[in-house]
Amino acid sequence: MTEAAPCFHCGLPLPPDAAFTVRIAQQLQPMCCRGCQAVAQAIVDNGLAAYYKNRTVLPARGQEVLPAELDQLRLYDHPKIQQSFVLDTGEHTKQAVLILEGITCAACVWLNERHLLQLPGVRLVNVNYASHRARISWDEREIALSKILAEIQRLGYHAHPYNAQSAAASRERRRKKDLRRLAIAGIAAAQVMMLAVALYAGNWYGMEASTAQLLRWLSLALTLPVMLFAAQPFYSAAWLALKTRRLTMDVPVVIALVAAFVGSVANTVLSQSHVYYDAINMFVLFLLGTRLLEQGARERSMEAAENLLKLAPAMATRVTESGQQLVPVLELIAGDRLLVKPGETFPADADVESGAGGVDEALLTGESRLVVKQPGDQVIAGSINSDSPMTVRVTGIGENTVLAGIVRLLDQALAEKPRLAQLVDRIAAQFTWVLLALTLLTGVAWWWVDPSRAFDIVLSVLVVTCPCALSLAAPAALAAAGSHLLARGVLVTRGHALETLARVDHVVFDKTGTLTYGKPVLQATYPLAEWDAQQCLRVAASLEQASEHPLAAPFLAQIAAETLMPVIDPHNEAGRGVSGIIAGQRYFIGRAELAGHTAADQVAAGASQVWLADETRLLAKFILADALRSDAKLLVDALKAQGLRLSIFSGDDSATVRHIGAELGIADCRGELKPAGKLAALRELQAAGAVVMMLGDGVNDAPVLAAAQVSLAMGAGTQVARASSDIVLLSERLIEVAHALELSRRGMSVMRQNFAWAIAYNLIAVPLAALGWVSPWLAALGMSASSLIVVANALRLK
Amino acid sequence: MNSILIFLLGLTFLFLILIGAGIFWAIKNGQFEDMEGPAQRILMDDDDPLLPDRDRAADTLNKAP
Repeated sequence: MTEAAPCFHCGLPLPPDAAFTVRIAQQLQPMCCRGCQAVAQAIVDNGLAAYYKNRTVLPARGQEVLPAELDQLRLYDHPKIQQSFVLDTGEHTKQAVLILEGITCAACVWLNERHLLQLPGVRLVNVNYASHRARISWDEREIALSKILAEIQRLGYHAHPYNAQSAAASRERRRKKDLRRLAIAGIAAAQVMMLAVALYAGNWYGMEASTAQLLRWLSLALTLPVMLFAAQPFYSAAWLALKTRRLTMDVPVVIALVAAFVGSVANTVLSQSHVYYDAINMFVLFLLGTRLLEQGARERSMEAAENLLKLAPAMATRVTESGQQLVPVLELIAGDRLLVKPGETFPADADVESGAGGVDEALLTGESRLVVKQPGDQVIAGSINSDSPMTVRVTGIGENTVLAGIVRLLDQALAEKPRLAQLVDRIAAQFTWVLLALTLLTGVAWWWVDPSRAFDIVLSVLVVTCPCALSLAAPAALAAAGSHLLARGVLVTRGHALETLARVDHVVFDKTGTLTYGKPVLQATYPLAEWDAQQCLRVAASLEQASEHPLAAPFLAQIAAETLMPVIDPHNEAGRGVSGIIAGQRYFIGRAELAGHTAADQVAAGASQVWLADETRLLAKFILADALRSDAKLLVDALKAQGLRLSIFSGDDSATVRHIGAELGIADCRGELKPAGKLAALRELQAAGAVVMMLGDGVNDAPVLAAAQVSLAMGAGTQVARASSDIVLLSERLIEVAHALELSRRGMSVMRQNFAWAIAYNLIAVPLAALGWVSPWLAALGMSASSLIVVANALRLK
Repeated sequence: MNSILIFLLGLTFLFLILIGAGIFWAIKNGQFEDMEGPAQRILMDDDDPLLPDRDRAADTLNKAP
């Protein structure tokens, strides 16, 4: 069938009895299957026939869309279902994020974007290759969402509206498959290497031919599952690279694997002694391991972003004329009245109708201070009602919430991140061309000189140049530096982080939770009556503790638990404080008005004051403020000694930020910045040529963290902040940041040494192998030794 | 020489299959789902969370001012 034209759509050979055709540009074109026919027809029907003239890459084989599947898609048009993932961006325009299944290369992204953009009513299509998510915006008057989903399906891909649960399931399936591959490669590598030791020893001391032959056949049996199952990702990656006419590291890897395997099998059958099963297994195991680690790091960030969306509570209490009822959050609509009890999370953005009290917005702002909400104020989805029941009227649901907005911003920033990996791939492509050309040249030359040695020598060249040392040069140094940093409580989550860290010349801090603890700490106690400070604290702590008020912690930290007093009838007074009866006397703690007093004292910026009173007078004043971390000054001094420029970007009021900056000796302090403002300020620095490291902790920092060249999040910070950053400071010891910067520079120099060695090794080994002075076993030894030297050099990083 | 080798290698294969089946079982059951959590969990002393609270409550009652 090779003479016949291939399938016009996917380029696969036509089956003998193929009778599928599509009329494209007045000409009947052959198709290999109903799926391709349907896809091609869809492309033609949508006026996209020009695609066939312009395409450079063949698409995947088409899949037929069944009517039942289309019916299912129509469910997504239902407004109630849509409100969990569709966002209103204009009067009639909607936006949604879809997960695309079947995206295998950049070409698929291109096809989807192009096809969907030509549908009437589709305004914007943006496919994120890394996350396989597509952001699509459309006009609901012109096209229904189900139609868009069906169109994607007709192209041979599957689209699901983004829903954290389904993404998690498909990721889990892939991860389990990768783990099984790694397990097979690991088991086989251990066994085959053991047999290889026996074979090498037998070569040296002498071994019965039949025994050696038995060991070779066993090695072959063990290597077979590795070649057929474990190494499969490399085949598909190399195939994709070839299909898109690019050369990646995967191509020589596959060539080396296949050549070594074929050569080994041939030698096994011919009872020759040169087999390379040990090298094959080790190679596959190394590569799979690094692949899994790299993927795990990327998935963690996606998971955290999704987890944040899952934080939205699933059920809510709706108040109607007939009473209260528990309803799923999905069914809430704008205008619903909800009852939110203390401790519950606000399920949606809403206006407070009745009730008042402190609300914890730490998740969003990173600021731990309770924000007092009164009727008429706005509350944000995801924040927690901390002290009294409130009735609120819903203003925004699901995708319309501020919280979801920040996640969207983060998604966009991640997509904009420069792809360092692409640069490495480009260099590898050049190297690969040279390597393949050399191998071919050697093979042809030896075929002409001495055909009997040609295969041995070609294999030697391929094995000796196998880009092991070169491809290990960077990962080995990164892994060594990474594990050393981890031992000190610094978790590097992205491969490029160390590389960029070494070039950093400007460090930007967030204030709350990063330079400071992010929790209020009792700063001062001013007794106002005859009680001493200790007694005031005891009463205050008892009141706070009995009422389970969030401000209790700083008081309890000052007082031994045994000295607390029993409180009768404690209760929270809507956003103003706590009262209770201790030893027959009613006490109040909270804002001054609670006890019927007014206070005109000024407080230092950033601090809040709490009053203790009985029924007749004020007893004490407490100053609570967020304190600087103990090693913040140390870090600032260390970074200054390294010659770095420093800035503070904060959402707090400017006076507080300037105060902190002065204390630490940082001149560039900017306050009152919203997430978008921080992003703009950061872009300004970057436009001026600075390589910026950002340290932050809150959700509001997430977009800036993602946009900075390298970012570091506090371990106790919010999940999104950690997810969008390259490094997580698990230990919370700020001074480790200075160590990380220093280590990154040393890591870079080790990496450069490794590269130099790997290149020098190749320059020496390739001519020797090409001249036939290196037998395949020596080549394998050389390759392993060069890799070992690279790894050993990396291990010096301490 | 070869017969004992064949026996031992056969035994190895049997073990390998058992090991492989064990690992596959572990993967299927999600033993590798969370590589960090269990390592952290072992460090957390939450054997009896009720004890400290109970003690504190008793103390509070006993030491009224």
